[in-house]
Amino acid sequence: MTIARVAIQTHDFNVADEIEALRRANRQVGAVCSFIGTVRDRNEGSDVRTMELEHYPGMTEKSIEAMIDEAMRRFDIFGARVIHRVGLLQPLDQIVLVAVTSAHRGESFQACEFLMDYLKTQAPFWKKEDTPEGARWVDARVSDDAALARWGIAAQNV
Amino acid sequence: MKITVKYFASIRELIGQGAEPVDTAATTLQALRDELIARGGAYDEALARGKAVRVALNQVMSAESVALTDGAEVAFFPPVTGG
Repeated sequence: MTIARVAIQTHDFNVADEIEALRRANRQVGAVCSFIGTVRDRNEGSDVRTMELEHYPGMTEKSIEAMIDEAMRRFDIFGARVIHRVGLLQPLDQIVLVAVTSAHRGESFQACEFLMDYLKTQAPFWKKEDTPEGARWVDARVSDDAALARWGIAAQNV
Repeated sequence: MKITVKYFASIRELIGQGAEPVDTAATTLQALRDELIARGGAYDEALARGKAVRVALNQVMSAESVALTDGAEVAFFPPVTGG
């Protein structure tokens, strides 16, 4: 069975179920690496009450599909699954899952980090935080551009 | 030529709408951005030169030197902050 590689959704995801499905898709899998991004209750010195995530429907899915294609070219991996939530989130909520399978750990570790670095600067999502001082759009970080540059890709996000 | 222009996040909020049809004389993304800035007001505030604005042409991140095509979908948005 083929699993959809990308999901953009408002509802939460179950990490164990996602990993189970991904690794069962190929009996040669010997390693699974996953990253989960979550909502923090503090950012830039303010309490974060809620976070609203906006995206560009259509482009979001296409851009992440292209990132996974690039990861498959660069690394000897079997499969990848990316789930990103949108809409209203609370502190402690899961935001994003990147999971990758391969025969051995090295390729999964690298591909997982590559996908996250790529997603941070190239996928069209925007975070807006509600704080006691008011609502504000989250600023992009120069360090995220630098993270992608390590893979030989110029991000030019900030 | 007739195109569709979309706006997201802080740029969408400033301009006050998420998408609009635009009849433009611009032949590049750069010229289109300048044309919108020339409308003044919120457009100038949202898209002014020197502000960090990213552009996508037909849902692919693009340099502003890229040529516009009839029927294109162009989007202007701030640096992305997902993940």
